[in-house]
Amino acid sequence: MTDNGYKAGSNLEKVLSAGTFAVTSECGPPKSADGGVIERKAKILKGFVDAVNITDNQTAVVRVCSLASGVTAQQNGVEAIMQMTCRDRNRLAMQADILGAATLGIKNILCLTGDHLSFGNHPEAKGVHDLDSLNLIRMYKDMRDEKTFQCGEEMDVAPPLYIGCAENPFGDPFEFRALRLKKKIEAGADFMQTQCIFNIPKFKEWMKEVRALGLHQEIKILAGITPLKGAGGARYMKNFVPGMDVPQEIVDRMAGVEKGPPSHAEGKKLAVEMIKELAEIEGVAGIHIMAVEWEEAVPEIVETAGLLPRPAVA
Amino acid sequence: MITAERKPFDEILTLVDGHKKVLVAGCDTCVAICLTGGEKEAEILASELRMKAQADGREVEVEHTAAIRQCEWEYLDMIAAKVEEADVVLSMACGIGIQSMAEKFEPKLVVPAVNTNMLGMPQEHAVWLERCGACGDCVIGETAGICPVVRCSKSLMNGPCGGSHDGKCEVTTPEKEEIDCAWALIWERLKAQGREELMEVTRPPKNWSKSSSGGPRKMVKEEAKPV
Repeated sequence: MTDNGYKAGSNLEKVLSAGTFAVTSECGPPKSADGGVIERKAKILKGFVDAVNITDNQTAVVRVCSLASGVTAQQNGVEAIMQMTCRDRNRLAMQADILGAATLGIKNILCLTGDHLSFGNHPEAKGVHDLDSLNLIRMYKDMRDEKTFQCGEEMDVAPPLYIGCAENPFGDPFEFRALRLKKKIEAGADFMQTQCIFNIPKFKEWMKEVRALGLHQEIKILAGITPLKGAGGARYMKNFVPGMDVPQEIVDRMAGVEKGPPSHAEGKKLAVEMIKELAEIEGVAGIHIMAVEWEEAVPEIVETAGLLPRPAVA
Repeated sequence: MITAERKPFDEILTLVDGHKKVLVAGCDTCVAICLTGGEKEAEILASELRMKAQADGREVEVEHTAAIRQCEWEYLDMIAAKVEEADVVLSMACGIGIQSMAEKFEPKLVVPAVNTNMLGMPQEHAVWLERCGACGDCVIGETAGICPVVRCSKSLMNGPCGGSHDGKCEVTTPEKEEIDCAWALIWERLKAQGREELMEVTRPPKNWSKSSSGGPRKMVKEEAKPV
């Protein structure tokens, strides 16, 4: 706990604590030592989002690390949510990296299991999975609140962290999904971002379960969306991305417009409609826009959805 | 049981390349039951090696034998005479048996003809499924008799992850066959047992020091030691 009563005092924490509908987005670091990529993406998003997720070797493909990229984003005016997966690091590395991140000013952390190595570009690597995401959340909470390492040893200066988790409302078994979120809250998660939502009726069903357990009052839930560029992307996600639920009518709608600028416009329009519908659901505290390699679309979507200006929090 | 698969023939040829007297040594326990390295398979491999040598015009003597268990000293005594005569022993036992042979007959060259792959259960004839990771700290009393360490692709102690779909894991086998999601199985069986509240318990970080992460393990049963 910081002096001002916040857990970390991050921009995201302040926006969500104030009850303002939050906007986050996502930046994937590049597959080379090109620091300019995150700088460029951060400049596109600056002023349009409250914080941006910096992915951690997403889809198990090696990229600039989320710590360095998070620092770059913050140097360019956008607060980072550093993603941390259990796939590539053991508990020593995950603690060392978060201490390092804290010393460099990173305050938001998203704790993830990580996509399996078999999906990525080093399928022969040894998966770590020393901890799972629940254990990771708990470890960071104890570092922050108890000033203890996972082994129980004490530290002098605790890392101020706003701790996030992800949950997939479309994963199975459906009846356990809200209970798993409850476990993450008990472990110490402060905010949660969902996987991409395309099937809003099913998400609403899940939120009903969440509200029945009172979880929406214990954690800030950001609904995740992905703007589609065209029918191809929609079909790919429907058929090949694990844990994704893309209804056929979405694929059909995107297929109904010409590929290129018209389908891009339709994708953005659909995203805005979805944001408006998701914002009406009780317990949804914000939106998380995952525009994969399409960060340029975010400012227009945020503006059209009526979510500007982003609050200036002290 | 311990399961193993025979190495590709070309790799086996490389391992015995240049040797004139080859002994193919089977093991009649686990690897025989999984139809990989028993006496029959040793005989077959020996024939293949002889035929290949003949086809290549090389003079190589290939014999075969089998121990009841290559992992126990007393059974190795029974094949010692044949081992002594060979330049190289091509062992078809699991990794334990191969190492026992190499230690027992040092400095005799002992090389593996198989890849030991898992502690598996025969699900049906000629099909084995991994069931145990020998992690040294069994949790299946809480997980409905289903091991999350080896049956969950990410060894989650608190699953399932978001990649569980219709009871299947997001990961497939190298042959692109579907894998059951261990945590979906755990959930269903706990429900059938009326113990689904166990899914709401957060299991703590696993103590991997009891697994191979803690260094090579040694087990001593004091009460069974000769006095």
